[in-house]
Amino acid sequence: MTDPVVRVVIIGAGHAGGSVVAYLRQYGFAGPVTLIGEEPLAPYQRPPLSKAWLKGEADAESLMLKPLSFYSENQVDLRLGVHAVAIDRVAKTVALSEGDPVAYDVLVLATGARARRLTLPGSDLKGVLELRTAADAEKLKSALEGQGKTLAVVGGGYVGLEAAASARALGAQAVVIERESRVLARVACEPLSNFFQTYHTAKGVVFEVNAGVEGFEGKDGAVTGVRLADGRTIACTAALVGVGAIPNDEIAKAAGLECNNGVVVDASARTSDLAIFAVGDLTQRPLPLYERSVRLESVPNALEQAKIVACVLTGRPLPAPEVPWFWSDQYDLKLQIAGMPFDADQIIIRGDPANAKFAIFHLKQGCVQAVEAVNSAPEFMAGKQLVASRKPVATAKLVDMSISMKDVAA
Amino acid sequence: MAKITFVEHNGKEHVVDAKSGLTVMEAAVKNNIPGIDADCGGACACATCHVYVAQEWLAKTGTQSAMEESMLDFAENVESNSRLSCQIKISDELDGLIVNLPESQH
Repeated sequence: MTDPVVRVVIIGAGHAGGSVVAYLRQYGFAGPVTLIGEEPLAPYQRPPLSKAWLKGEADAESLMLKPLSFYSENQVDLRLGVHAVAIDRVAKTVALSEGDPVAYDVLVLATGARARRLTLPGSDLKGVLELRTAADAEKLKSALEGQGKTLAVVGGGYVGLEAAASARALGAQAVVIERESRVLARVACEPLSNFFQTYHTAKGVVFEVNAGVEGFEGKDGAVTGVRLADGRTIACTAALVGVGAIPNDEIAKAAGLECNNGVVVDASARTSDLAIFAVGDLTQRPLPLYERSVRLESVPNALEQAKIVACVLTGRPLPAPEVPWFWSDQYDLKLQIAGMPFDADQIIIRGDPANAKFAIFHLKQGCVQAVEAVNSAPEFMAGKQLVASRKPVATAKLVDMSISMKDVAA
Repeated sequence: MAKITFVEHNGKEHVVDAKSGLTVMEAAVKNNIPGIDADCGGACACATCHVYVAQEWLAKTGTQSAMEESMLDFAENVESNSRLSCQIKISDELDGLIVNLPESQH
């Protein structure tokens, strides 16, 4: 007797969905796989869009997760430019924007997140941009080409700061407008925010903090400025709105799956329906190391869950839980973050921000909860291991640069 | 173009033709070679593309940057011939390169 054929259908052909396909085939899954994506492109890497790609240091081909030939060689039914419209959980089919519904035995949701949009006057002007897809990045890149360009960035998060750095590298002016009193207010601690703001300022980026945005001004349908709540207008030739992302969980909600700021999944990436998994930015997932559930937006998170689904479907043991981690490249700075600073009661800075080489450790009862490392790979790598081991560290050693991170972590 | 042989930890060999200019990591990922995760896509941020370069090829693959060295310092099962494959650029010179893969990248 042979195993019954299991048909896997994946909705969403981003980094998460594409990785599910790759790991399934790598782990020997031989059944039919259908990958449905709204964008016209096969799965590609998004992180470089605000970094290397924007600066012209990476081409479209190098962004591809796998070459197009991979999908035909591995019998993957790749349906691009197609929307999944609805899930029928009883019939186990997915209705598409074109063609017949596809039947599944196992469904994987990987619809990701989309840029949060502002509903302000002038939001629809030409040149008011967002950055999520390759098409968005093309628009931003062409808006920065040529002399005398000024990019106004609404929102001082990672995407905004990376775009500002890339704009400066391309010779454009950049103004970052932030509602809070500091950039990265939601995602980094104050010393790190201060460091980045100082560094960007030295590179010629202008900051407007504590600045509410009232709308966009334009001429002949194109944006010419960002109007602030205090009445001033920041002149620009393009405005990038980077104010966070929201999960694309509508199709899951409509199908009655449990959602709570994202599709709720368990440690095996399974939703409230046993036949449906969800992976990546879309999911509200348990974080065993921190005994809580979160929605993460990161490539390592997508890859971890993609591996988990592939393991479940091929009968492999689940991999050990990973420490969440993130990275950002700005100018000659490499920021690497491991862990999350939940309930931290102490902050230790190792190294000197003035040298652009330092790490901020967030401790809870003497154990490392998270580390934010700037140009400090050993601190990142050792910090990541310390987060996983939950071993208390001697803070006196941690601040002493003459003691190597190997010895600190030993 | 260069022919590169990836040898999995279990001994299974994968031979791929790789374009000059790509990195060894990119050649592995594009060919879906098991055992190279490359979580960060080549930003030298994760040390999940660790390989062992066959001794006779070590000199030709160039020297490690300080960044690569400190990332490798904390990877698992590091040997004297360990490299991060995202930091090895492919050229005609590397035609015939053999790299061995570790048991795990995590």
